[in-house]
Amino acid sequence: MASVDFDYVAVSSYQEAVEALARGGEEAKVLAGGQSLVPMMNLRLVRPELLVDLNPIGAAPPSVNGSTLVLGGLTRHRTLLETATVRRHCPLLAEAVRYVGNARVRNRGTLGGSLAHADPTSELGACALALGAEIVVQGPSGSRTIPAHELFVSYLTTSLMPAEVVTDVRVPVKARHEGWGFAEMVRRTSDLAIAAAAATVVLEEDGTARHVTLSFAGVAERVVSAEDDAVRSLVGSTGDDRALGSAAAGAVAALSPSSDVHASGEYRRRVAAVLARRALRSAFDRAAEGTSDAADGAADGEEA
Amino acid sequence: MTTDRDVTGREGAEAYTLRVNGREVRVAARPSRSLLDVLHDDLGLGEVRYGCGEGVCGTCTVLVDGEAVSACLMFVAQAEGHEITTLSGLASLAGDAAATEVHARGRALHPLQQSFLRNGALQCGFCTPGMILAAHALVERVGQPTREEVAYELVGNLCRCTGYAKIFDAVAEYAGAAADGTRARHVEPVSDHGSVAS
Ligand SMILES: Cc1cc2nc3c(=O)[nH]c(=O)nc-3n(C[C@H](O)[C@H](O)[C@H](O)COP(=O)(O)OP(=O)(O)OC[C@H]3O[C@@H](n4cnc5c(N)ncnc54)[C@H](O)[C@@H]3O)c2cc1C
Ligand code: FES
Ligand code: FES
Repeated sequence: MASVDFDYVAVSSYQEAVEALARGGEEAKVLAGGQSLVPMMNLRLVRPELLVDLNPIGAAPPSVNGSTLVLGGLTRHRTLLETATVRRHCPLLAEAVRYVGNARVRNRGTLGGSLAHADPTSELGACALALGAEIVVQGPSGSRTIPAHELFVSYLTTSLMPAEVVTDVRVPVKARHEGWGFAEMVRRTSDLAIAAAAATVVLEEDGTARHVTLSFAGVAERVVSAEDDAVRSLVGSTGDDRALGSAAAGAVAALSPSSDVHASGEYRRRVAAVLARRALRSAFDRAAEGTSDAADGAADGEEA
Repeated sequence: MTTDRDVTGREGAEAYTLRVNGREVRVAARPSRSLLDVLHDDLGLGEVRYGCGEGVCGTCTVLVDGEAVSACLMFVAQAEGHEITTLSGLASLAGDAAATEVHARGRALHPLQQSFLRNGALQCGFCTPGMILAAHALVERVGQPTREEVAYELVGNLCRCTGYAKIFDAVAEYAGAAADGTRARHVEPVSDHGSVAS
């Protein structure tokens, strides 16, 4: 199958992109990595009249500004996977992106595109929630910053306004005594997740938790954070298995995943509880070590 | 811009200049035509194959600036200014005197292709061009990948025949030989029956 005909414009700045989108109106679409949009166009689920290709804009290499990791919207999945700066300062993203698609998807797909696409199974979306990322967007009336928890509205739907584009994603860098965890259940590596969980934990000097986050992919019509009550029960704890088990159970009790050909809703919920417990376990353990595998791996090779 | 017709006879085609396998080619195509269709239908490169059109199967794999991508998910308009390599252009990437010599006689096999033949890493061959290009990109990047790394990198190239074991063997043998010396990087001629000449 092939896409319907469309007009094509390649832009070299976000400003140009916004103008082209504003002119194109409802039938205009942004093209980034094309790894979600183009399959939908080939199936004719999406029939744009104008494609605005962002690729010539490119992305600066990931960089750290103060306590923020700054990632261009067009940062490819491969860059998240392989760049030492990302592995060191945000190992959760570097780990989670291993689960995204296949090699060709990672060579083309972008962070901005993933977040804007808002697939409910998006690993990167779940991480954006767990990390408290901010999405910088530019539109006809200027630029604004959207906290991740305000971005995802529903199935393939975000709070982006018409003609707004994601220009950057800002992620707090990993703090001292911060640990992270990611766990996914998938039928075959490279498929979309049946369910996934991402967690972060910041410990006090005495080893009790000061701050805990937990989020899920694949268990709702969008990526979701665990309800506050569930994670709050872990603050002040040292993360023993019983505490993690009951927090995970509390977190999934609030979910009502739907059933599809891959898994029933009830199965997804049970899997999500296991994944939550594992993600939290890794996060507590890594925080206690004050280190992490990916950061270790990156230690010898500074930024390529 | 123009009212040229493309190969399917439809109007609204524009002129694009692509670099494919080291050569500059001009095509008339509507901007909505996929790179896959242009390579396969317009340029006659039968090794770039339609399998799914959704980025899943890998039979349309080509290298764009040396990286494996799904040609079914790129539009022709996006390909200008980039170096595109399909399987039939891979031998020229070996880039040594042997390659040029063999090319003058018209037939050449890249050492990774030879390794696939030696290891029996194909049956129907439908997946093979994509498999070889993806594996080639991996070896170029990491040198000697582990079996796990090969499996992870090739999981997006589906093979319905071989069961993958011999494909992994072929990649490992090529990567090993490429790492210990230059021999395996030479391109060797093949006989008309496709067997590897000694
Ligand atoms: C075989 C296969 C397997 C995959 N597996 C996974 C997986 O396991 N997990 C996963 O998360 N994803 C998966 N994906 C999707 C992949 O991660 C995509 O790259 C991603 O979802 C979209 O990013 P993109 O850059 O390709 O965006 P595109 O496909 O170009 O665009 C997607 C949508 O976002 C919009 N958009 C893109 N960029 C911007 C921007 N900067 N500002 C505003 N809007 C924008 C587009 O208009 C479009 O609506 C898979 C894809 C394939 C083909
Ligand atoms: S045809 Fe392109 S990946 Fe299947
Ligand atoms: S050899 Fe037949 S699909 Fe791989």
